[in-house]
Amino acid sequence: MAIALVLVLIVVGSVLFHFLSPWWWTPIASNWDYIDNTIIITFWITGAVFAAVVLFMAYCVFRFRHREGNRAAYEPENKRLESWLTIVTAVGVTSLLVPGLFVWSRFVTVPSDATEIEVIGQQWQWSFRLPGKDGKLGTSDTRDVSADNPLGVIPGDPNGQDDVVVEAADLHLPVGKPVKVLLRSIDVLHDFYIPEFRAKMDMIPGSVTYFWFTPTRTGSFQVLCAELCGQGHPLMHGMVMVDTEQDYLAWLGQQQTFAQLSTPQKTGSADQTPDRTMPSGLKVAAQLETVGSR
Amino acid sequence: MVDVTPADAVPPAEVGEMELYHPHSWWTKYVFSQDAKVIAIQYSATATSIGLVALVLSWLMRLQLGFPGTFDFITPEAYYQFITMHGMIMVIYLLTALFLGGFGNYLIPLMVGARDMVFPYVNMLSYWIYLLAVLVLVSSFFAPGGPTGAGWTLYPPQAIMSGTPGGQDWGIILMLSSLILFIIGFTMGGLNYVVTVLQGRTRGMTMMRLPLTVWGIFTATVMALLAFPALFVACVMMLLDRTLGTSFFMPAISEMGEQLPHNGGSPILFQHLFWFFGHPEVYIVALPAFGIVSDLISTHARKNIFGYRMMVWAIVGIGALSFVVWAHHMYVSGMNPYFGFFFATTTLIIAVPTAIKVYNWVLTLWRGDIHLTIPMLFALAFIVTFVNGGLTGLFLGNVVVDVPLSDTMFVVAHFHMVMGVAPIIVVFGAIYHWYPKVTGRMLDETLGRFHFWVTFLGAYLIFFPMHYLGLMGVPRRYAELTDMTIMTESAHHLNSFISIMAFIVGFAQMVFLFNLIWSIRHGREAGGNPWRATTLEWQTPQTPPAHGNFGKDLPIVYRWAYDYSVPGAKEDFIPQNVPGAFAPSREPA
Amino acid sequence: MSVILVFLLVIAGFAGWWLSHQRLTAKPWLEQGLASDIVDFDRSALPTAKIGLGVFLAVVGCLFSLFTSAYFMRMAVSDWQPLPLPRLLWLNTGVLVLSSVALQCAVFAARKGQIDNVRLGLATAGLTALAFLVGQLVAWQQLTEDGYLLSANPANSFFYLITGMHGLHILGGLIGLGRTTAGAWNGVRPQRLRLSVELCAMYWHFLLFVWLAIFALLAGWAATFIDICRQLLT
Repeated sequence: MAIALVLVLIVVGSVLFHFLSPWWWTPIASNWDYIDNTIIITFWITGAVFAAVVLFMAYCVFRFRHREGNRAAYEPENKRLESWLTIVTAVGVTSLLVPGLFVWSRFVTVPSDATEIEVIGQQWQWSFRLPGKDGKLGTSDTRDVSADNPLGVIPGDPNGQDDVVVEAADLHLPVGKPVKVLLRSIDVLHDFYIPEFRAKMDMIPGSVTYFWFTPTRTGSFQVLCAELCGQGHPLMHGMVMVDTEQDYLAWLGQQQTFAQLSTPQKTGSADQTPDRTMPSGLKVAAQLETVGSR
Repeated sequence: MVDVTPADAVPPAEVGEMELYHPHSWWTKYVFSQDAKVIAIQYSATATSIGLVALVLSWLMRLQLGFPGTFDFITPEAYYQFITMHGMIMVIYLLTALFLGGFGNYLIPLMVGARDMVFPYVNMLSYWIYLLAVLVLVSSFFAPGGPTGAGWTLYPPQAIMSGTPGGQDWGIILMLSSLILFIIGFTMGGLNYVVTVLQGRTRGMTMMRLPLTVWGIFTATVMALLAFPALFVACVMMLLDRTLGTSFFMPAISEMGEQLPHNGGSPILFQHLFWFFGHPEVYIVALPAFGIVSDLISTHARKNIFGYRMMVWAIVGIGALSFVVWAHHMYVSGMNPYFGFFFATTTLIIAVPTAIKVYNWVLTLWRGDIHLTIPMLFALAFIVTFVNGGLTGLFLGNVVVDVPLSDTMFVVAHFHMVMGVAPIIVVFGAIYHWYPKVTGRMLDETLGRFHFWVTFLGAYLIFFPMHYLGLMGVPRRYAELTDMTIMTESAHHLNSFISIMAFIVGFAQMVFLFNLIWSIRHGREAGGNPWRATTLEWQTPQTPPAHGNFGKDLPIVYRWAYDYSVPGAKEDFIPQNVPGAFAPSREPA
Repeated sequence: MSVILVFLLVIAGFAGWWLSHQRLTAKPWLEQGLASDIVDFDRSALPTAKIGLGVFLAVVGCLFSLFTSAYFMRMAVSDWQPLPLPRLLWLNTGVLVLSSVALQCAVFAARKGQIDNVRLGLATAGLTALAFLVGQLVAWQQLTEDGYLLSANPANSFFYLITGMHGLHILGGLIGLGRTTAGAWNGVRPQRLRLSVELCAMYWHFLLFVWLAIFALLAGWAATFIDICRQLLT
C-alpha cells in the first residue's frame, strides 16, 4: 500500500521541485530563446505524460491490490485502445519534433550579414582571431603552429596578415550583431560553450566547425569547455565580453594583427599586454603539476 | 477457445537427446563447467564483483563533486580515471555481461525447454575469455600511470595523448585490449543464446509462445552480435594509432608546442564507429530489462501481459530502429549539421514503440490481482524511473534541445536514470524473483524491502535533481566545479546532497549482498514454484534444476507463457506444459 | 557508414523473412492446449551447427563491412595515397580459390562416403590455405621493402589491417580444418565427418568471398564502382 502513496508523492514532489526549486537555467543572452521555448514545450508534454502514467499506476496499485478471493480480469489485448494510444503518442511526439526541427533549421542557417570570428581551442586555453579590415580570415594549418605563430595562420596568405589575433585573452563582441563562430582546435576535441548563449559546438582538430548567434545583452560571460579534453578540462575557462559598439571599437583598436605579431617587436607595442582575466593554458598545466605532486 | 487435444494423443517430442558433457570431477562441475546454469552464476558473480569496484569508484567521484577540495588524494587525474572506469565497467562489464551472460545463460535454456545451450563448450570458453577481459581491465589499475582517464567514450585524439591519464602509458592499451577480448568472448556466448532460441526450443514452443524475457534477451543478443564489431573495429584501429603510429583517427596535432607525427586522421570516424555500437548498446541493456519486467508484472499481478503481440513487435521494432539513430549522440560533434534532421526524426520515432511498451505494462496492472511482492515493487519502480529517463530522452533526442543540454549534467542524469537505475532495478527484481529457483530458498523479506525502498527513493533523489544542474549549464566530466560563474552556492549544496544520497544508496547494496549470501543457507525453503508462475523454468523436477534441466523427458508446451486467471480454470495460473484448455489436473512438481 | 547499413539491410531481410514464418500475428492465447498442429514452427531442419556458423559468418561479415565503411570514410581525406598492390596477390587469390575448390570436392566426396577423397580434399585445402597465408606474408614483406610502411599513409595502414584481419580469420579456420582432418584420419562417424567438412567448406567459401571483396576494395575497383553507381543515380 505504501507504494501507491509514494508514487503519488513522487509525482507531486517532482512537479513542486520543478516549479519551486532555485535551480533553473541562466538568464539568456543570445537570440536562441527559440531553444528555451522548445524546452518549455517539451517540459509540458513530457511532464503531463509522466504524471499521467505514474498516477494511473498508483491508482491501479491501490484499487487492484491483492485481497483474499480476488481474481484478475482476463484480457489478452484491446486493439482499439492500443491503436488510440499509439496515435496519441505519435501526435505528441510529432508536436515535439516539428518545432524542434524548425528551430534547428534556423540554427544551421547562418544569416548572410553575420561576422565571422574564429575560436581556437588548445590544451587548455581559448584564443580568438577576428578578420581584419578586409573582412576575411586567412587560412590556417595546424602544421604551421609554432611559438611565434600560436594559432597556425598560414604566413603566406595575404588575407591573414591583417587578422586580429587574441591569444589566451578575453574576446569582445559588439551587442546585437550576428556572429558566425568558426571553431578550430590544434590538439584534441574541445567544445566552445557559454551557458548564457545556449549554443555550443565541438571543435575538431583537422577541420573547422561552426555555429552562429546574436548576443542580445551586454555583460561578461564565462566560456566553458564542454568536451573532455584531458586533465585540465575543468580549468579551461575563458571570457567573452559583450560590449556596446563604442566599447567594442575601443577594444578592437588596442589589439594586434597577425602581421604585427609575427614581425620583430618594435618600440611602443612591446608593453601592450592583453587584458586577461583567466589563466592561460600553461598556467593551467602548472597548476595541475602542483596538484599532481601533492 | 480451440478444441482440446488430449495429452496422450500428442506424439512424443522428436527432440534428439543433446550431447551433454556430464561432469566427472569437482573441477568440471563447478569451475570448467559446460552447464549453462553454472556459467550463468560464474558470469553473474564476476560481473557483480567488478560492479562493486565501479560502485566504489562512483563514491570517490561523488566525494570530489559533493565536497570539492576536501579530499586531496582525488586529483583531476584520478578523478578522470574514476569516471572512465566507472562508466566502462557499469555499461559493458556489469550490465551487458549480467543481462546476457548471467540471465541469458540461466534463463534461455530453462525457459525454452532445452537441456542446455546448443554449444556448451563454446559457452564455457565465452566465460573464461570474459574473465580474462575483466582481469586485463583490473590490471590497468596497477599498471604504471594507472587506468585510462579518457572518459568511457574514449574519444581520440585525447584518449591516446599525454594530457589524458593513461594516454601515453599502459592504461589505454589495456583498456582497448580488454574490450577486444570482451567482444571475442561475448560473440561466443551470443552465438549460443541466439542459436539456442532458434534451435533449442522444445516441442510446441513456438516463437509466439516464448516468454517476453526470452524475446528481450534474444533480440538484444542479435543486436549485440551486430553492434559489437563496430567497437571492435574502433578499438583495433585506435590500438594501432597508439602503438604503431598510424593515423586512422589522429589528425595533425600540435600538442603543447610540439608537432605529433600523425596526419589527416578523422576523430569523427571514431565517433561514428563508437556510437554505431554505443546506441544499440543502450537497447542491448534495455531490451532484456523490458522482457524481464514484463514477466515480473504479469506473474505478480496474476494477469496475462496486456497486448503480447504488440510487445513482441515493439521489441523487434526497437531493435531494428536502434541501428539508425546512432548519430543523435553527435549532434554537437561538428558532423554535417543536416544529419540532425534525419537522426532527430528516427530518434523520436523510436519513442513510439517504447511508449507502447510502457502503456502495456501499466495496462497489465489494470484489473489485475496485484501482489505487492518485492519483485513487483521493483517492477513498479522500474516503470517510474524508466518513464522518467525515457521522457528526458525526448529532450536530448530533439536535436535543437540537445544543443544547450548536451555534455551537461542533464545528460548524466538522463542516462543514469534510463540505462543505469532502471535496468539495475530490473536486475534486483529479477534476482528476488529467480533466486528461489537458483538456490531453492527465498531471499529475506525484511532486508529486501529495506533494500528496495532505499534504492528506489535514493536513486530517484540522486538523479532527478541532477537534471536541473544540467539545465543551469553545469558541464559533465568536471573534476572541479569551482571558479564557475553559473554555479550558485545552492547548486553546490545540491551536489553535496546528491553525494550523501549516493553513499546511502551504495550502503543499501551491501545489505543486498549480505542478503544474497545469508539466504543461501538461512532463507525460507521456496519449493519448486513459489510464485505460482507458468513458465517452464518453474516446472523443473528438481529445484535448483539439475544438469540437463528437465529430468528424463523434455516438457511439451501446450500454451503461451501468460495463462494467468484464465476464466474457467480452477487455479489462477496454468503452466505452459499442462495440456488441455482448462484447469491443470495436478499441481506442478 | 553506407556499406555497413547496406549489409545490415541484407541481414534485416533475412531476419524479416524468418520472422514472417513465425506467425507473428497469431493470437497465442487462443491456441491453448495444442502442441501437434504447430510443430512445423518449432525450428529449422538445418543442422544446428550450420545455423550457428551462419550466425557467426553474419558477425564476420559485419566486421568487414565496418572496416570497409571506415576505409571509405578515411579515404575522403586529402592525404590518402593509394599504394600499388603487389602482383603476388593475384597468385594468392588463385591459391585461395583452389583451397575452396578442394574443400568443395571434399564435401562431394563426403556425401558419397569416399573417405580417401575426403582426406585428399582436406589436405589439399589445408596446404593451399597455408600457402595463401605465406603468400600474404611475402606480399607484406615486398611492400615493406618498397617503402610502403604501415604508418606512412592511411592507405597502407588499411591494407595491412584488413589483410591481417582476413589472415587471422583464415588462421582460425585452419584450426577447425585441422580438427576435421584429424577426424578424417581417425575414423570419426561418417555423418559427423560430413557435417564438419560441410561446415569447413561453408566457412572457406565465405572467407573467399570476403577476400574477393576486400581485394576489389584495396585495388580501388570498389571505389570506382561506387562512383559509377553514384553518377548513374544523379
